[in-house]
Amino acid sequence: MRLKDLAIGIAALAIAAPIAATAASAYELTIPSLVYRTGPYAPSGIPFANGYADYFTLLNERDGGINGAKINVVECETAYNTQQGVECYENTKNQGESGALVYQPLSTGISYQLIPKAEVDQIPIFTMGYGRTSAADGTTFPWIFNPPGTYWDLASGMVNYAAAVEGGLENLSGKTLALVYHNSAYGKEPIRTLESLAEKHGFKLELLPVDHPGQEQKATWLQIRRLRPDWVFMWGWGVMNQVAVKEAASIRFPMDRFIGNWWSGSEQDVLPAGGDANGYLSATFHAPGPDFPLHQEILEKVYGAGKGAGEKERVGEVLYNRGLIAAVWTVEAIRKAMEIKGSNEIKASDVRDGFDALKVDEARLAELGLPNFTYPVELSCAVHSNPGTILIQQWDAGAKKWTVIASGIQPDREVIDPLIAEDAAAYAKEANITPRECNN
Amino acid sequence: MLFFIETVLSGLMAGVMYSLVALGFVLIFKASGIFNFAQGVFCLFAALTFVGIMEKTGVPWPVSFVLTVGVMIALAWAIERFLLSHLVNQEPIILFMATIGLAYFLEGLGDLMWGSDVKPLDIGLPSGASDWMLDTFDIYVEKLEVVAAVVAAALVTGLAVFFQKTRIGRALRAVADDHQAALSVGISLRTIWVIVWSVAGIVALVAGIMWGAKSGVQFSLSLIALKALPVLILGGFTSIPGAIVGGLIIGVGEKVAEIYLGPFVGGAIENWFAYMLALAFLLVRPQGLFGERIIERV
Repeated sequence: MRLKDLAIGIAALAIAAPIAATAASAYELTIPSLVYRTGPYAPSGIPFANGYADYFTLLNERDGGINGAKINVVECETAYNTQQGVECYENTKNQGESGALVYQPLSTGISYQLIPKAEVDQIPIFTMGYGRTSAADGTTFPWIFNPPGTYWDLASGMVNYAAAVEGGLENLSGKTLALVYHNSAYGKEPIRTLESLAEKHGFKLELLPVDHPGQEQKATWLQIRRLRPDWVFMWGWGVMNQVAVKEAASIRFPMDRFIGNWWSGSEQDVLPAGGDANGYLSATFHAPGPDFPLHQEILEKVYGAGKGAGEKERVGEVLYNRGLIAAVWTVEAIRKAMEIKGSNEIKASDVRDGFDALKVDEARLAELGLPNFTYPVELSCAVHSNPGTILIQQWDAGAKKWTVIASGIQPDREVIDPLIAEDAAAYAKEANITPRECNN
Repeated sequence: MLFFIETVLSGLMAGVMYSLVALGFVLIFKASGIFNFAQGVFCLFAALTFVGIMEKTGVPWPVSFVLTVGVMIALAWAIERFLLSHLVNQEPIILFMATIGLAYFLEGLGDLMWGSDVKPLDIGLPSGASDWMLDTFDIYVEKLEVVAAVVAAALVTGLAVFFQKTRIGRALRAVADDHQAALSVGISLRTIWVIVWSVAGIVALVAGIMWGAKSGVQFSLSLIALKALPVLILGGFTSIPGAIVGGLIIGVGEKVAEIYLGPFVGGAIENWFAYMLALAFLLVRPQGLFGERIIERV
């Protein structure tokens, strides 16, 4: 009798399972997330990955996904290793019904490797504020997007901030600027722009590379002591940032003349230096802190439900906010793609169209719960990075928080745009690409 | 000239920091012939445990230090019990491979126990430039590195006394000289291995604290082992004074090279220059400066 019941039960399940599966088979959006939660760069990778994941969780919990289509975030560990990153891409690109819709590699090295692959696989790569600068040219790089600014925008913005402090661009003449950079594709990215700007404004540029991971930088900072530059810019990542801040304090370099780029300005970069880091500057493109309606909603609906990716006390850290805004812009591009296609059953090529038409203005940011959080972004077929505006934040070691001290700093388009055009043309020639025609 | 003196001094101080890591390698290699690939991760694991205990329990650092020493001794026992005892009489390459596995295991365990965040290490160690040196001679010397030099000197003295004057130390030297002969006079190889791995663990804790004070305790600490390798090649794998002298030579060599040679070749040469220097020594003295001479009878 019990065997008979069991057989009936199994038969019933066999009949019911496909029906249940059909009922739950709403179109799912696959978004791979290339993360580094392990290895020497994990302290920087974790908060970004958490911010990125939490926004998708919020949408799944609150709205049932994007326009009713659930989001399936597939995390893959890269350990900030280019080879592992490419493996992650290959392993995830065909996952799910939609296939991978968009990638956020969070590594310039991985981004460079994915540029030719994206063209072949027709999957957009969103290298938010990193990667290859000339990808801002949408005619040559139709699958790569790097808003809200490129490394060249960033370098130029930092120079403009230094000029403002010096009393004007004309006062940069005769000054010395040292660039302390991660000796990698990422760290070398701003050199070209800084060299052009040095020529234009008459300042001297000193280049000081630091090898991976940057645990030992004594020789670099001895050279800074000898050169006595007026400004030090840093293109660092991971432990390099923490050691540099400490070394700068050790040689008594004035912290308000030491500016990290937007990947060298998180809480993790300054906390190990304690009070020595007080006054350290870094560029950024969004506000720090958790004081926005979206953060409160995440705390309530994601962390309140026990589904947060990290610790709730760390919601609002600089790199958490960076991951969050990356997810917000990604979702807005997906919404746009759905709008253009008239369906939520979109593929990666549709998301590319969504990015091409991405527009997130101040009103939309406010609707999303991020009023005055960052600058409006508007992309087009030809323009894949915009607006390039930066803010400067300063670390208050006593209060243990970042405060924005300068905003609305614009890059020098006169210098950058020709450089982008030149580099994009060189890439097109090298890769034998015919740039696409764009009407906008 | 003043800048050159400053460069050499900084190189010497950095060299001491490398020596602290290299010492752990030497201890284990000397007593058991194992090249412990996991020594860098030992530094990380020890420092993580040290800071983690302070963070979680709020105990003062000396208590945490003692507790971490206990953890490192327990770890040494576990390594002997579950790993080495099963690999007795295996080829050195097998033991080396086992330590690679151990490195990954410990890294994962550390992550699981204490998380991946950067942990500031503030136990009152001085930081920044020595004001007196800077103001009087305009020479930059990092106070933390002076402390590291003093600690390294104390550590080497302590180890020398331990090896030369104590009964256990003599047993360790006997095992290092000849395993079979040591066993035949009743010395327990297993006990010796636990002791030597424990001592290496304590040395790793000291090195981890010194390096952690520079950058915060974080997973990149495991990579400092890469800094110790040229030191070992140069100083010899079996010599404690070799680890110190090797560290000093590598420290000075790489700093001088980076500052005076680097600008001509694009910079960032100190990492590979250290290995080049070690390679040059290897060609002349394969056993390193202070290593035991390799005699192969055929």
